[in-house]
Amino acid sequence: MTIKAIQEELIDEFSMFEDWEERYQYMIDLGKTLPLIDERYKTEENIIKGCQSKVWVHAEMNDDKVAFTADSDAIITKGIIAILIRVFSNQHPQDIIDADTDFIDEIGLKEHLSPTRANGLVSMIKQLKMYAIAYQTQLN
Amino acid sequence: MFQVEDIRKDFPILQRKVNGKPLVYFDNAATSQTPQHVIDAIVDYYSNYNANIHRGVHSLSQEATDHYEEARLKIQKHFNAKETHEIIMTSGTTHGINLVASGFTSLLKKGDEILVSALEHHSNIVPWQMLCERSGAILKVIPMNDEGELVISAYDNLLSEKTKLVFVNHISNALGTINPIETIIKKAHVVGAAVLIDGAQACPHIKADVQALNVDFYVASAHKMCGPTGVGMLYGKEEWLNKLPPYQGGGEMIAEVSFEGTTYADLPHKFEAGTPNICGGIAFGAAIDYMNAIGFEEISAYEHELLEYATKQLLEIEGLKIYGTAKNKTSVISFNLKGIHPYDIGTLLDKMGIAVRTGHHCAQPIMDYFKIPGTVRASFAFYNNKQEIDALVEGVKKAKMMLS
Repeated sequence: MTIKAIQEELIDEFSMFEDWEERYQYMIDLGKTLPLIDERYKTEENIIKGCQSKVWVHAEMNDDKVAFTADSDAIITKGIIAILIRVFSNQHPQDIIDADTDFIDEIGLKEHLSPTRANGLVSMIKQLKMYAIAYQTQLN
Repeated sequence: MFQVEDIRKDFPILQRKVNGKPLVYFDNAATSQTPQHVIDAIVDYYSNYNANIHRGVHSLSQEATDHYEEARLKIQKHFNAKETHEIIMTSGTTHGINLVASGFTSLLKKGDEILVSALEHHSNIVPWQMLCERSGAILKVIPMNDEGELVISAYDNLLSEKTKLVFVNHISNALGTINPIETIIKKAHVVGAAVLIDGAQACPHIKADVQALNVDFYVASAHKMCGPTGVGMLYGKEEWLNKLPPYQGGGEMIAEVSFEGTTYADLPHKFEAGTPNICGGIAFGAAIDYMNAIGFEEISAYEHELLEYATKQLLEIEGLKIYGTAKNKTSVISFNLKGIHPYDIGTLLDKMGIAVRTGHHCAQPIMDYFKIPGTVRASFAFYNNKQEIDALVEGVKKAKMMLS
């Protein structure tokens, strides 16, 4: 599936929720199902700065596609990561670089997009894109 | 007679909604809300007598100067300083601390010791570390116990002829512990050390009497006590303020300037370079008036009632642990739910319109002591009520249900 198609799918899923409670409960549940990062990648250098909770992200390249795994010590943050990974993982690096993130607004999580927000959603997206840029450079 | 519902009408912000719910503001330890009386003072200043102070011959400047200096008098009276010029207007507590830390650079020598408490805010640790780097002095820490109280016997052991400065907060921002500063000051003076007390957390709850305390320096911020941000005060004993060199150079702080040399102005202007936060200073005075009209004894008695009410209810939630259980504490509850990150609780409470603080509260050493990433901190003010605490308790229960 393309990034755009996955984003559309998410927008569809989130449109079924009537209020914030359902939305957050879903994110919490997503957080619980997040495939965890391998313990050996939970290193200081894999921590994303700018988050009140700890976030680790690991990336690797398989068949010209970038695969992300991640973890956090806070469950809502994990839910947000799960959404990002669903959108961006196993995609071609150039597609990750080109992707926009307007869907976050559309699924009602706009408040997490503020750069000063302590969960660092913006830092996470930036980090995923940085990995994509690095791998794209290798492909070139 | 203390009537919280009447008091709440003084605060326009308490009428607003957040995320569609009535605002429950429990982040008072970070900054307090502003009553109409203070808002009016700000509007009055900009509407009627905005001018630069201390140098204009025109009437507007004179009026602004009079109001500003009147605010200084109010601050002097409130903290019971002996002299008006012992009150230095600052941009806030952090500014006051840095001013003193900078001034001590030339007064310390290698091997001198500075004591800070384990309960300090980062703003009360970093300036002293920097001072130690500049002067070669050594920083030592007064430890705390599991209740979040300072261990006075350990303090006794740390004090010596080498101790030149002691820095302790009057009340801990992360845990709410009220420190025994009278004892701390007396003991420091026995070995000839100066004491600076950080009153940022105490000023909204306790009326500190700097003469009775016999403290050398005391700092506070207006925005913690119903005033605006960006303004605060440093009290220093005259003899100490005369010993410290100026902190910043600029206008207002000089007597005479030539390229051969400059003579500094007398206190307090020696430490007040540049155009100050004039409006903020005046509004600080208005905030002091407002709080005194309610009365600090009434305020702290009522806040204590809120603290007990909230503590009892929160402790009934299974798995909830409160950090900071000192016998003598102010209306701050720092807590965690077992197995749940404080950030998750804070995020869900926000969706319910409840403002709390989550994280390490700029006091990482305290979090390290308890081996936790942070806490959820609810801090109550005299304009909060029991219905709001009920909303918090319900909110925490709901968050717990959603997260487990």
